[in-house]
Amino acid sequence: MNENLFASFAAPTILGLPAAVPIILFPSLLIPTSKYLINNRLITTQQWLIQLTLKQMMTLHNTKGRTWSLMLISLIIFIATTNLLGLLPHSFTPTTQLSMNLAMAIPLWAGTVATGLRLKTKNTLAHLLPQGTPTPLIPMLIIIETISLFIQPMALAVRLTANITA
Amino acid sequence: MASVGECPATVSVKDKKLLEVKLGELPSWILMRDFSPSGIFGAFQRGYYRYYNKYINVKKGSISGITMVLACYVLFSYCFSYKHLKHERLRKYH
Repeated sequence: MNENLFASFAAPTILGLPAAVPIILFPSLLIPTSKYLINNRLITTQQWLIQLTLKQMMTLHNTKGRTWSLMLISLIIFIATTNLLGLLPHSFTPTTQLSMNLAMAIPLWAGTVATGLRLKTKNTLAHLLPQGTPTPLIPMLIIIETISLFIQPMALAVRLTANITA
Repeated sequence: MASVGECPATVSVKDKKLLEVKLGELPSWILMRDFSPSGIFGAFQRGYYRYYNKYINVKKGSISGITMVLACYVLFSYCFSYKHLKHERLRKYH
């Protein structure tokens, strides 16, 4: 048994300094960039994988929605490489720290909600009430939907943290 | 780097590579290196591209190029978590 229950979750330190920053930056070394059309095998494999996920995600959106693709693909690549590198023995996975997952979840969630509220206010507010509810239930349901909306980033963050820690 | 016409015996210490420096000249060679932040960054960049062009940026690169990097990463993480792992050895007295 560890000296305390949380010893295995401690962030790594070098002489007391947080060593998390070089570890978070390490996956970027494994993803080279290229200015050529035909590349070496590593870059070709990575580009093929990225195109596969991109097509799955973005064909359903219109031109304006596809402006999100850079953000979403870089997020996917970051989380995928970080979590896969954590499978190596003795390595540290940054996504086990709740602080990092919250830092990713809250801005993205707030961004989508704020964009929706600004551009399509009526539709956003209309989403707060599911279709076909009986009239007496309306006030309660609006409160419930608002709360569930605000819990979304917490749920996103905690889901990733708990699954990777396990 | 040494100019084309010079023979190796007359190259100055500063321009020699590490394996060509004689043992007595080693302290002066170390002191003449560029230890500024941009110098250190340049050294990391040179090292990165040396490895990249030798093992990964080739026509038929194999999996060993990236496996070596991951093996080094594992060793590196083991060194850093040795302090905690020390207590998990199967010994009677720790």
